[in-house]
Amino acid sequence: MSGLSRDDVAHVAMLARIHLDENELDTMAGQLDQIVEWVGQISEVAAADVPPMSHPLPLVNVSRPDEVRPCLTAAAALSGAPANEEDRFAVPRILDED
Amino acid sequence: MTKTELCLLTAAQMSQGLIAGDFSAQELTQAHLDRIDDLNPALNAYLYVDAEGALATAREVDEARQAGQQLPQLAGVPVAVKDIACTMGMPTTAGSKMLQGWMPPYDATIVAKLKAAKMPILGKTNMDEFAMGSSTEHSAFGPTRNPWDLDRVPGGSGGGSSAAVGAYLAPLAIGSDTGGSIRQPAAVTGTVGTKPTYGGVSRYGVIALASSLDQIGPCARTVTDTAMLHEVLGGHDPMDSTSLQAPVPPVLEAAKNRDLTGMKIGVVKELSGDGFQAGVLRRFEEAAAELVALGAEIVEVSCPHFTAAMAAYYLVLPSEASSNLARYDAMRYGLRLGPDGVDSPSAEQVMGASRAAGFGDEVKRRIILGTYALSSGYYDAYYGQAQKVRTLIARDFEAAFEQADVLISPTAPTTAFKLGEKLDDPLAMYLGDLATIPANLAGIPGMSIPVGIADEDSLPVGLQVLAPATQDQRLYAVGAALEAALNDRWGATMLDQASHLALTQPYDSQEAGA
Repeated sequence: MSGLSRDDVAHVAMLARIHLDENELDTMAGQLDQIVEWVGQISEVAAADVPPMSHPLPLVNVSRPDEVRPCLTAAAALSGAPANEEDRFAVPRILDED
Repeated sequence: MTKTELCLLTAAQMSQGLIAGDFSAQELTQAHLDRIDDLNPALNAYLYVDAEGALATAREVDEARQAGQQLPQLAGVPVAVKDIACTMGMPTTAGSKMLQGWMPPYDATIVAKLKAAKMPILGKTNMDEFAMGSSTEHSAFGPTRNPWDLDRVPGGSGGGSSAAVGAYLAPLAIGSDTGGSIRQPAAVTGTVGTKPTYGGVSRYGVIALASSLDQIGPCARTVTDTAMLHEVLGGHDPMDSTSLQAPVPPVLEAAKNRDLTGMKIGVVKELSGDGFQAGVLRRFEEAAAELVALGAEIVEVSCPHFTAAMAAYYLVLPSEASSNLARYDAMRYGLRLGPDGVDSPSAEQVMGASRAAGFGDEVKRRIILGTYALSSGYYDAYYGQAQKVRTLIARDFEAAFEQADVLISPTAPTTAFKLGEKLDDPLAMYLGDLATIPANLAGIPGMSIPVGIADEDSLPVGLQVLAPATQDQRLYAVGAALEAALNDRWGATMLDQASHLALTQPYDSQEAGA
């Protein structure tokens, strides 16, 4: 497992949609490099033929009857919205200007 | 009874007192609200107090009781809720600027259960932001202080709930535990906390950190009180597809029976030794000896893959968190602010700026770590491998539970550390979780109970009990038996031993003649 460079952190921050300023990038790169190396020891654990696990009592095909149930009204769903218009969430532009 | 005396009661005593008519639910709730007014400024355990709502519930309970109606056992007994569970009519912030002032349009299932049990909800307690932390120092709204020593942390991420209960600002509190966030705060504040079997309590309406690790659980001052709250919270929820189709384990009954004869108790070799404070180990070993005196047999067990548990956890958690926190995108709820000096910012720019401003350092660290671990080319090596290590840890537990009915360890390697001590070194902070993390990875239940104070610093020490998945009641049998034996030996309860500290002493401005 290679370490985490400052460029790596900048790229990943972009993927995670978090804008980091120059100082944050510096600090975070140092801290994360250390952490990544520490968690990288996971590769030393022999586990090739071991199945992965996510639940102690794995549940399969959990479903419910296909019946309509009460749900949030539009007003309730929009109640926390930074901006809304005509019963819809109003969002900043998603297309580039060209 | 004075207001203070009311707050010093256990939940069980409050329930009995209400039924007997010794005091009213409104008196009981008001007593707590007054005490919160007095002490919360110094502790910062509560982020929000709902005096009106709590008193309204209390009034309903009093009227129902007067009319001779049947009421649930904990009706009228107040409770505090960690700010991670959605509560209509109150803000739910998860300790973050991202959700500052957010009013959820629905209740979490566990909140609906508290309301159905007619328990006045006093307010929301402080926590590390989005439950990421072990000290409550990562809250966006200031740290909570430990009632035993105001310069020290109350543990995390559920420090607000543990401090509230430990300072008698509530008899019961809701916490959440992803890597120890109920158990470790219980240990460092001298209180009790349980993480139920994964799937035992609904996660619907609980702000998600790591969906395969999170569990809501009860916090209180005694094992019996914890059991009573556990029974209110547990059970299948069709709104949570990871919820178990099984009845709540008989935890209250087990807390009453406390029969340990012939029980085999395993001490985990890997959760002791170097890295554990001497005073913590001393109290732990004495407690183990107490269990033998009660009729149990101690066996040593080894769980060799526990040495990889931390690495696995700090891969699984950030990975799942990066996915769960992607929803805070400034589009539908939460903080939105545009990047400075950009005229017509794109949605992505607004996201980037909002998330930069809304999330604190620890949250950013973990999201970036998780995004990296899940990114193309790294998924199998990191997250995939970590999920396999989980299976190995679960198998270690299975093998251990063939030799023992429960396992014990110190809950945390040290007593409460000082505020600021570990803030500059994230790794040092993470290492404090080594004893609690394995239970979350394997999904098994765990509890912390207080077993005394450490000689070096007179601060609380917690002992952790672990049981096989779905056998939560074993925790309560062992916890209640040990608690009773220790209280006998001390001639007092754990929290009585904090009497040298002003905060847990009776405080009542009327009583003091002020």
